[in-house]
Amino acid sequence: MSDKPTAGTSIGQILQGDPQLIHLIPHAKAIGIEVVRVENGRAETILPYSDHLIGDPETGVIHGGAITSILDNVCGIAAGSALEEATSMATLDLRIDYMKPATPGQTVRTKAHCYKITKTVAFVRGSAFHDDEQDPIATCVGTFMLNSDGGRTAGANLKKS
Amino acid sequence: MVTFTKADLSDAVLKDMLDAVPYAKFLGMDANIMGDELTTMLPFNDHLIGNPVLPAIHGGVMGAFLEMTAIIQLSAELDSASMPKTVDITVDYLRSGKPLTLFGRADVTKHGRRVANVRAIAWQEEKERPVAALHGHFLIRPKNDDN
Repeated sequence: MSDKPTAGTSIGQILQGDPQLIHLIPHAKAIGIEVVRVENGRAETILPYSDHLIGDPETGVIHGGAITSILDNVCGIAAGSALEEATSMATLDLRIDYMKPATPGQTVRTKAHCYKITKTVAFVRGSAFHDDEQDPIATCVGTFMLNSDGGRTAGANLKKS
Repeated sequence: MVTFTKADLSDAVLKDMLDAVPYAKFLGMDANIMGDELTTMLPFNDHLIGNPVLPAIHGGVMGAFLEMTAIIQLSAELDSASMPKTVDITVDYLRSGKPLTLFGRADVTKHGRRVANVRAIAWQEEKERPVAALHGHFLIRPKNDDN
């Protein structure tokens, strides 16, 4: 990994060194994602229950979108941690199946596994659950394009296209 | 939940509906209606960033925004008795989300008695250059359904 962060350093690689650095991702920090474990293509995170994540005010069930965010995040971390060298990565697609609503008040746990990586694409599956992994809130599969930066450097998105 | 019918849909009703959902409020979502076209919006804010280097909007935010866009469009079209429930979504990430406002629009491709099939797109500078697209299935419960 290079010393300077560039568009070509994956977050999975950074987090493998220090899980606390998840807080460098403003949105992960904003919703309250915490990284539990990152190693060789596997990642685990938790999302403590919080009022601002609620999707249905009548029941207090958290919004599917929050589940989408944490699954997208954990899959990205898993894919990044499977890479042998620092390359940029971009989500190509993510499919999420919602099995049951999350229980209000309870922490959501996620696990993701990057089960195949080619020169250009990483394949990942993951799930979100409370205590029992066999009784998921949601499962997902995602693909990530590697070397996706196309030569873009830091701040590239700030420039006029 | 704030219920409404298509006839009384207005910017104010959409705002009430979004304000009633804490997560939509947290993201900062807004929506308006012109004629029969409903557009959702998510003004850029630092807490939406997923890649601070580029910087780019978090993929989860784009997914959540599109999911919410689909749900609002469905609610508007269906006179539903309760908020549609997501069965599955597939999000295609087409371009990185710049630090600009996201716009979204959804189309209900087909709805039966229990399930609706919805497509949605999100764009920033030009609608013809979408940043993300969603395809999803949602459980619906019509108002006259006793189940």
